[in-house]
Amino acid sequence: MSTIDRKTVYRVADLARLYLTDDEIEQMTVSLNKILEFEEQLKGVNTDNVEPMAQAVPGVNVMREDVVENSLPLREVMLNAPDEVEGFFRVPRIIEKD
Amino acid sequence: MEILNRSALELRDLLDKREISSRDIVEAYIKRIEAVEPRVNSFVTLTLEEALKDADRADEMIKNNTQTVLTGIPIALKDNMSTYHVKTTCCSKMLENYLPPFDATVVKLVKEAGMPILGKTNMDEFAMGSSTETSYFGPTKNPWNLDYVPGGSSGGSAASVAARETPFSLGSDTGGSIRQPAAFNGIVGIKPTYGLVSRYGVLPFASSLDQVGPFARNVADSAALLSVLAKHDSLETTSLKGPRPDYLNALGRDIKGLKVGVPKEFFIDGLNKEIEAAVKKALDALKALGAEIIDICLPHSDKALATYYLVATAECSSNMARFDGVRFGHRSENVKDSVTMFKHSRAEGFGPEVKRRIMLGTYALSAGYYDAYYLKALKVRRLIKEDFDQAFSQVDVIVTPTTPSTAFKFGEKVQDPVSMYLSDVFTTTANLAGIPALSMPAGLSSNNLPIGVQIFAPRLGEEIMLNAAFALEKALGSIGLPTLEV
Repeated sequence: MSTIDRKTVYRVADLARLYLTDDEIEQMTVSLNKILEFEEQLKGVNTDNVEPMAQAVPGVNVMREDVVENSLPLREVMLNAPDEVEGFFRVPRIIEKD
Repeated sequence: MEILNRSALELRDLLDKREISSRDIVEAYIKRIEAVEPRVNSFVTLTLEEALKDADRADEMIKNNTQTVLTGIPIALKDNMSTYHVKTTCCSKMLENYLPPFDATVVKLVKEAGMPILGKTNMDEFAMGSSTETSYFGPTKNPWNLDYVPGGSSGGSAASVAARETPFSLGSDTGGSIRQPAAFNGIVGIKPTYGLVSRYGVLPFASSLDQVGPFARNVADSAALLSVLAKHDSLETTSLKGPRPDYLNALGRDIKGLKVGVPKEFFIDGLNKEIEAAVKKALDALKALGAEIIDICLPHSDKALATYYLVATAECSSNMARFDGVRFGHRSENVKDSVTMFKHSRAEGFGPEVKRRIMLGTYALSAGYYDAYYLKALKVRRLIKEDFDQAFSQVDVIVTPTTPSTAFKFGEKVQDPVSMYLSDVFTTTANLAGIPALSMPAGLSSNNLPIGVQIFAPRLGEEIMLNAAFALEKALGSIGLPTLEV
């Protein structure tokens, strides 16, 4: 385990799609390092031959009958849309024109 | 005050004898909310008019003899539970104006039970915090002493019950978010077995740890509400199949011969001496009732908090990815391209603690760090669960303090994330292992703040856990509730 530098914090913020100001990057670096220092204690735990456990319940696929069921009406789904056009979510242009 | 001082089950009796109506009850609670809410700030949204209509419908059910055990008894809901066309904000700017298009399954269940809903309660933003200080709408105050935090993240739900603004509320517990505020407010709070209660429609924080549970003033009331909530839900793949018992039937059994485990790892140096004494007193009371007190080991439990903060934040970073400003939630004005829109919508919509947890989780899952952090934490998680498996081969329940200290003052920990995280040091193990645990009052400190004792049981051991709690409650007597008189 290691400490985290500003460059890594910047890269992680990009991965997380989170804009951080320079001040926030600075504060985040300090507080993440404090937390990572706290996390150092896990290093000392012997986990040889231990299977990782992601879920407290045994993971099994849950199937249902392939039948048509009611879903939410379009009007309800679009109720909270920040920018709606005729039943579609409008977002900034993704593909640039030539 | 007469109605306000009755337990839910006493109110049931009065309702069924037609001595009072659900409308009487709701009106009494509305008066109380109007009197104390400006000081306590338990709620972020009140739905009092709708609650009166719910009460009239409940009275109709009682008239027609179609009532169930909690018909007509009001409840408050944590603001991360989807309520149809009633704001569900998670106390975040991100969802400040969000109106869910459906009810969460637990909300559907309390409505079907005929329970009037008084409103939505304050919480740490997206349930990430231990004091309600990260709420976008400002903190809730502890009704026992308004200078102190109510705990969190379900701080509004706990404070609303302690302040007698409602007989019941629902919270959610990812690492202690029901039990820690229950302890700080001197009430009962249950974190059920993972999968016992549906999570459908409850905005997620860490999906493998989150579980919804009740807050109530006493053990029997909490058992009644758990019986309403514990149902299989076909809309949720981790919902356990099969019928659930009526938990009220589990109460009042003799606990002679009950094997009570006491893990030495929970009696750490940092444990408040008054809390230690209160838990010892609780153990003596159980012993006097014929329980056998057994020293046990949970050798990895001192690593639970470090494990929890990697598992929880990794899942958080993944869950929070849905907030992109496209389909719902805050969208930034800065929309020159999609990625800029995502980044600024999230930057503007989330508070500092949510950002910190997204960052930690993203880091722990990222290439080059995954094995050292996330995978390592999942392995230690298994060791923690195996500790419990081993312990429960020897004992029926495990008794510990709920928290290392009583409620702390505003501002005391909010600047230092690790010190805030430490208030969950005794509670995260239950979430990691998926087992049930509850917190109940065990006394008052010298500065008149409640102390909580925690009872763990094996997976689906809610009946034995509640019966032990019921016996202990009777032996210890009530600590009462704060009056909030000026």
